[in-house]
Amino acid sequence: MIAKYLVAASTSAGKIDFIIEVIFWVVIVFWFVLAEATFFWFLLRFRKRDGVPARYITGEKASERRWIVVVPGLVLLCDLAIMGLDGPVWYEVKQSLPAAQQTVRIVGQQWAWSFVHPGPDGRLDTADDIKTVDDLHVQVNTRYHFKLVSRDVLHSFSVPVFRLKQDAIPGRVITGWFEPTTTGTFDIQCVEICGVGHGLMPARIIIETPEQHAAWMTGRAAGRIALASAAPLAGD
Amino acid sequence: MATQTMTAGAAGEAHAAHAEQTFWQRYVFSTDHKTIAMQYLFTGMAMAVLGGFFSYVFRMQMAYPGAEVPFWGIVTPAAYNTLITNHGAIMIFWVAMPVLIAAFGNYLIPLMLGCDDMVFPRLNRLSYQIFLLSVLVLFSSFFVKGGGFGGAWTVYPPLSSKAEYNLTPGGSTIFLIAVALEFVAFLMGGINFITTAMNSRAPGMKMYDIPMVVWTIVLASILFMGSVGPLVAGAVMLIFDQTIGTAFFDPNRGGDPILWQHLFWFFGHPEVYVVLLPALGIVAEIITVFSRKKLFAYRTAIYVAIATCVLSFTVWAHHQFIAGIDPRMANIFTVTTLLISVPVAQMMLVYIATLYGGSITFTTPMLWALGFIATFLLGGVTGIFLGTAGSDIYFHDTYFVLAHFHYTFYPIAIIGSFAGFTFWFPKMFGRMLNETLGKIHFWVTITAFSGTFLPLFVTGILGDNRRIPDHRIYPELDTPMLNGLREFATISMVIMLLVQFVFVFNVVWSLRRGKKAGKNPWKANTLEWTADSPPPHGNWKDLPRVYRGPYEYSVPGRSEDYWPQDVPN
Repeated sequence: MIAKYLVAASTSAGKIDFIIEVIFWVVIVFWFVLAEATFFWFLLRFRKRDGVPARYITGEKASERRWIVVVPGLVLLCDLAIMGLDGPVWYEVKQSLPAAQQTVRIVGQQWAWSFVHPGPDGRLDTADDIKTVDDLHVQVNTRYHFKLVSRDVLHSFSVPVFRLKQDAIPGRVITGWFEPTTTGTFDIQCVEICGVGHGLMPARIIIETPEQHAAWMTGRAAGRIALASAAPLAGD
Repeated sequence: MATQTMTAGAAGEAHAAHAEQTFWQRYVFSTDHKTIAMQYLFTGMAMAVLGGFFSYVFRMQMAYPGAEVPFWGIVTPAAYNTLITNHGAIMIFWVAMPVLIAAFGNYLIPLMLGCDDMVFPRLNRLSYQIFLLSVLVLFSSFFVKGGGFGGAWTVYPPLSSKAEYNLTPGGSTIFLIAVALEFVAFLMGGINFITTAMNSRAPGMKMYDIPMVVWTIVLASILFMGSVGPLVAGAVMLIFDQTIGTAFFDPNRGGDPILWQHLFWFFGHPEVYVVLLPALGIVAEIITVFSRKKLFAYRTAIYVAIATCVLSFTVWAHHQFIAGIDPRMANIFTVTTLLISVPVAQMMLVYIATLYGGSITFTTPMLWALGFIATFLLGGVTGIFLGTAGSDIYFHDTYFVLAHFHYTFYPIAIIGSFAGFTFWFPKMFGRMLNETLGKIHFWVTITAFSGTFLPLFVTGILGDNRRIPDHRIYPELDTPMLNGLREFATISMVIMLLVQFVFVFNVVWSLRRGKKAGKNPWKANTLEWTADSPPPHGNWKDLPRVYRGPYEYSVPGRSEDYWPQDVPN
């Protein structure tokens, strides 16, 4: 449903869309429409007519009271069904942490996202790490762990096409995961108010094929070498 | 306004009746529950104008980013944050609470219980005085260096605790002081409501003879008293963090910002039910009168309301699913949150079942009450998407959340208040409101309300994140469809604000020219309709006696279709 308008670009996105769709059919299409239809039908059916008095119904008799017992009982069953479907999805997205193929660090600060990618050696915190601001480069069909940190206040890392969201908290490293399934360039949002510049934290996630990703990494490495060799000249 | 004439009139009357009552005693420092109720009501309405104006300014910015907003100017990011923060805080703490709980509670509790005043009239007086002080303190926060606080009404630290982050060194502390003072005022009011309902019922009035709205306001007061303590403590801790360098919420020095979120939402979620319950009570009173029906399963409904209160203490962390709490906790809070849909569904069923077999007349108050049910249903069901942890990952902090809670709070605070105000207006002022103007006001307001928030459900589903002054910097959110929806919402919202002038005109006109109401214009059963309209100081010459429950409408074998509580068998 949502995927028609907003690509589902990770392994979890479809599952979250599924939960949303189930709730939509059960709660909106069934319960909400049923309740409103009954409500408006009663309004029409029992509007004041001359000579027709209202009926005296206490609702205290067992036969009457079952309407407010049986129907909520059915609501409860629907709740239980939704919980049952939701549990595994939540477990997979937030509770479990399947082994990573790559790890990136995501840093929120007033007011930008910056990203640390492992360089060609595939490991974080080594000399060949690639640091960027506002652009996160990932490789499609690769499972990523992210290490989410904040330098100052709360931020929240959100990638709508992944249906993924996680607050960043200063003083803590929050680890989560995602696995992109579609190439392309998509929005990264900050969704926790973080001060005057909260509206100025758009970033982009660039999901690349392995070849594109390798080319980007080589390009960055070349740039680094060029910068390093240029440095003494600048020093003169 | 009419201070001069009021002074003269009051002075004249005071001489005639009780020489000891001066103008100040009668209208300003009165301990009469009705005067205090009016003070709360009109202060709340004035704050609603301010909160509404704030929303007009930032909605204009949402629809036409960067454009100059008439009556305001350019909306800077700092101003935008201050406006959204104070819109939220004002509408909940300074509109919904004073109008629904304090105004209706003060006005109705003694009149519906058949007593002459609250048990602690001076405490009641002090409650409003402190409330007014909280309003003035809040106002002052807009004029200090750095301006008003702009870190959202949830005041999450570290943004709220450090001036270098929020850039409003004065505003953020003054904001918290204002909120804390408001809580003190409502604690005093709440003690009064509970004690009065326990002790001052008319002779013959048993617990099951108490009208629903008194039950719900008293339950709301108990709920408020039970939940507000942790937040007051939290507010003091946060003020200390801001001003004297403590580190309760500072992670760099051993504190934890998540602690604040628990303290805040432990209060913040029950608070939803604190304002919901009085609105439910008001609606119960109105639909029984205008369908000429007994409230369906009245006794069960009371227990359902109590169950809702108890459950509401157990759901708070659904606001924090993705905040960095242990993800296993989310499972527990999903269960409790979805469970609360059961009593709320029961309550809605009670109302719909009450309409069954009725003889329904569509007066203005009835339209508002029915409008409450129709719109609140949507607010309720959309909550399931957010209470379910999995779908909340996507919807959290989007416009879907915003549309959801406006579909709950708007029916509660605005529709519920209009329902109560139009229903009890004849009692409060002795005259009837104009029905035609009332119906125009109702239909335009409710249509424009839907036009405002239905589009925002859609923008939220498509990814609009909250508290952003201009979504067009996000390529995915800068589409003609989304921009169109935002503009449509803003235009609807402006219409909704403009039509309130019809309401103001109706009130002013009806106060002077409206038909005289008499004691009981709606042919209702509850005790307030046996007093004069408006009721004098002390309410009745002889206090009433109660012989039956509040909803004995259309009892078979009686010539009249109502049976007031005070009429002997």
